[in-house]
Amino acid sequence: MTKHWLETARTAEMSARASYGKLIAFLSARTRDVAGAEDALSEAFAAALAEWPVRGVPDSPDAWLLTVARRRLVDAARRRRLDEATSEQLQWLTEPWTDDDELLAIPDRRLGLLFACAHPGIEAGVRAPLMLQVVLGFDAATIASAFLVAPATMGQRLARAKAKIRQAGIAFEVPERDALNERLDAVLDAIYTAYAEGWSDPQGVDPHRRNLAEEAIWLGRLITSLLPDQSEALGLLSLMLHTHARREARRAPSGHYVPLAEQDPAQWDLVMIDEAEALLARANRTGASGRYHLEAAVQSAHAVRARAGRADWAAIERLYDALCVLTGSPVAALNRAVAVAETRGLAAGLSALDALAADERLQNYQPYWAARADLLARSGALEAAGRAYERAIGLESDPAVRDFLQQRAKHHCANAVRPGCLRYRG
Amino acid sequence: MEFLLMLYADHSQFEKLSQAQASEAMAAYGAYTGALQNAGVLRGSNRLRPTPTATTVRVKAGKTEVLNGPYAETREQLGGYYLIDVADLDAALTWAARCPGASHGIVEVRPVWPRSDM
Repeated sequence: MTKHWLETARTAEMSARASYGKLIAFLSARTRDVAGAEDALSEAFAAALAEWPVRGVPDSPDAWLLTVARRRLVDAARRRRLDEATSEQLQWLTEPWTDDDELLAIPDRRLGLLFACAHPGIEAGVRAPLMLQVVLGFDAATIASAFLVAPATMGQRLARAKAKIRQAGIAFEVPERDALNERLDAVLDAIYTAYAEGWSDPQGVDPHRRNLAEEAIWLGRLITSLLPDQSEALGLLSLMLHTHARREARRAPSGHYVPLAEQDPAQWDLVMIDEAEALLARANRTGASGRYHLEAAVQSAHAVRARAGRADWAAIERLYDALCVLTGSPVAALNRAVAVAETRGLAAGLSALDALAADERLQNYQPYWAARADLLARSGALEAAGRAYERAIGLESDPAVRDFLQQRAKHHCANAVRPGCLRYRG
Repeated sequence: MEFLLMLYADHSQFEKLSQAQASEAMAAYGAYTGALQNAGVLRGSNRLRPTPTATTVRVKAGKTEVLNGPYAETREQLGGYYLIDVADLDAALTWAARCPGASHGIVEVRPVWPRSDM
């Protein structure tokens, strides 16, 4: 009995997981009540775990879950005070589904749901968490950990966002042509935010974080399948796949951190890189050039190292030139300086970095100090390098990267004319 | 807003480190303190001597009771603190994540209760 229950539970879970977003989107599209849909679906899920081991798994698990969830929504609507809005919802909910095809092919409202999550009326910082919860079913505590926010706070922000969708009447719609690019940017930014958080656990020690990167890629695939001609969507997926392809190489077997320049291309996932390149080619054919498209091209220029033994630094510099103009981002300017050091020498690179010294946004950005330290060390300014390594170490939260920086700092200090260039400040 | 970052760790683990590992750990804390100072958010910090040096004082029914050792006999004990002044809890959590104490043990983040708010 237990084994049978476990198997049924697994089927129920897989079905719910794979279809979660689709079911939530369908249930909430008309009512705009995402929280209500979540409650109803979770009750349907519980009912499945109780009934399926006894009655058997239905032919269409999705349709079963949907039917039960809908019934719960009707009950909930009836329990609330009957006003005009509620009776309208009630009507839609109780309309009989006569078409069997409709039961089996639940219309995909997920794209509309994603656009609703990234609506300008939703606070920017909560868009990615909202997508992770309503389309992928993550709970608030897991999302909170990923974004370094207190779980109670995350729960409140998510509840507020869902209330906003309901009360402000945010529609689950793909915007019209003029608004599409801008609104799509918000959706893509949110997906990329989720990916970047998942990326911070390359060893995959934290099972929730590891899945976050893969979930973001899944969302990226969803967007490109629904909007196949959008160069920014193609660019984002290409970018994520390029960096994800290198995940095995980012850690040595000992667990030590390995920076990109020292990674062994033999450990890169070449099949995934090929897929990323194909997406980039499709993006190139659209003729447009946005931020994610350019960033994917940068990754492509790095991946060239697998064939040519060296990254295409000239291309990388040009691409960051374009990104700087497009976004004005200090991170793009930083990466450009690193590329300049490769194409035009250390002095030119350091000069480009010096131009950023006054930018407050980089003062607490570890990679800025790590890049400074590296260039200073390579040009022989060992004491200045030691100070820059110290700054980078103090700003790094990943112990493996911190350890790497400390080893680098020690290595360079060992060659310094003056010993003890790293002093412990008590 | 001021927050107190309290560092809890199992100090028996620290004692097992080699000389090189221990000095590297101290260097990491030094770098972290420096980063807080450079960001202008550090208001105070101290390392505490280990729990065998702790003494507990309690006054019960008018009588003073003094005991050897820390208040709670847990494996993780308070080893130090950072008092920081940042914009909000999110910022405090970002700094807490950078603290080496977060990877050696646990960092508890608690907002200071301002007198004006009591």
